[in-house]
Amino acid sequence: MTGSVDRHPLFVPLVVVGGLLFGFGLAYSEMARPEVVLDFLQLQDLGLVFVMGGAAGVTAVTIAFATRFLDRAPVTDAPYGKRRKPFDRSVPVGGAVFGVGWGLSGLCPGSAYASLGIGNYPILLGLVGMFVGAYAQGYWRAYRAGSDRTAAPSD
Amino acid sequence: MNGPLTAVALLAEVSFTGLFPRGIAQYATGGVLIGLGVSTIYLGTAITPGASTFFESTLSYVSALPRFNRATYLASRDWRVVFTLSMVAGAAVYALLLGEGGWTTDVRAWRLLVGGVLVGVGTRIGKGCTSGHGINGLASLSKTSFASVATFVSVAIGVALTMQALGVTP
Repeated sequence: MTGSVDRHPLFVPLVVVGGLLFGFGLAYSEMARPEVVLDFLQLQDLGLVFVMGGAAGVTAVTIAFATRFLDRAPVTDAPYGKRRKPFDRSVPVGGAVFGVGWGLSGLCPGSAYASLGIGNYPILLGLVGMFVGAYAQGYWRAYRAGSDRTAAPSD
Repeated sequence: MNGPLTAVALLAEVSFTGLFPRGIAQYATGGVLIGLGVSTIYLGTAITPGASTFFESTLSYVSALPRFNRATYLASRDWRVVFTLSMVAGAAVYALLLGEGGWTTDVRAWRLLVGGVLVGVGTRIGKGCTSGHGINGLASLSKTSFASVATFVSVAIGVALTMQALGVTP
């Protein structure tokens, strides 16, 4: 456990400012409204392309600038890098399961947090569901890893 | 007045209005604000903050499963709680200042619950969500994230259109 990361006096304030902007932006962009997200997914209002495009565009400029011209992050002393996850079968499988959930509910994690902040208490059902799903997935993976070991001890 | 040109302009306007009935200003502005939030954290810390790792890192407080107690979750669980609560607060600020004080959704309870469970399962299997892959991953020009976004957007459109065709509204 590397607790030193959050000991810098500016670490928590930066996370708070970033989170406030993120949540305000999610609300301002209507992304926190499941009805608007469903309108997008039903191809009735394609505006949400500008939400993800705008957010990814601004972030892309920041990441490109930092990785090219800056050395290390001042608050953590960590080197600037890109978000690169390895591609394997779980990426399309997980993406498809997430897609079914998103298409059913109009909810993704960030938009659900923001929606709760707007006073949309029915969204708690979705948030409880997300925790249940994340727990079930972790439990199932742990169980599968355990039974795999029993079945093939040479692994 | 130039007839054909006016007709083209009218056609463009009609199709634009059809694709974006609420305009694009609030969508683009909100997107830029989201990007500024991510950029603030990234510039200070080099962390690319996603929203859905919060589930596993928070479960580490209450579950002894080793899967939720990996070093990366233990190290980030405190600030992820702060990050998520700040997102809730940021949206609350919007609701109080500009959003006419808040609202609730009419989307049916079973859709929220079942959809939520699948979002929880899927984002954890697939290594990210609309912010992890859709913002940080795309911004990093990650091929994995482009594949993920293409998958979840197209599947979600298929499911939402199917629900609509079945008459499930909202």
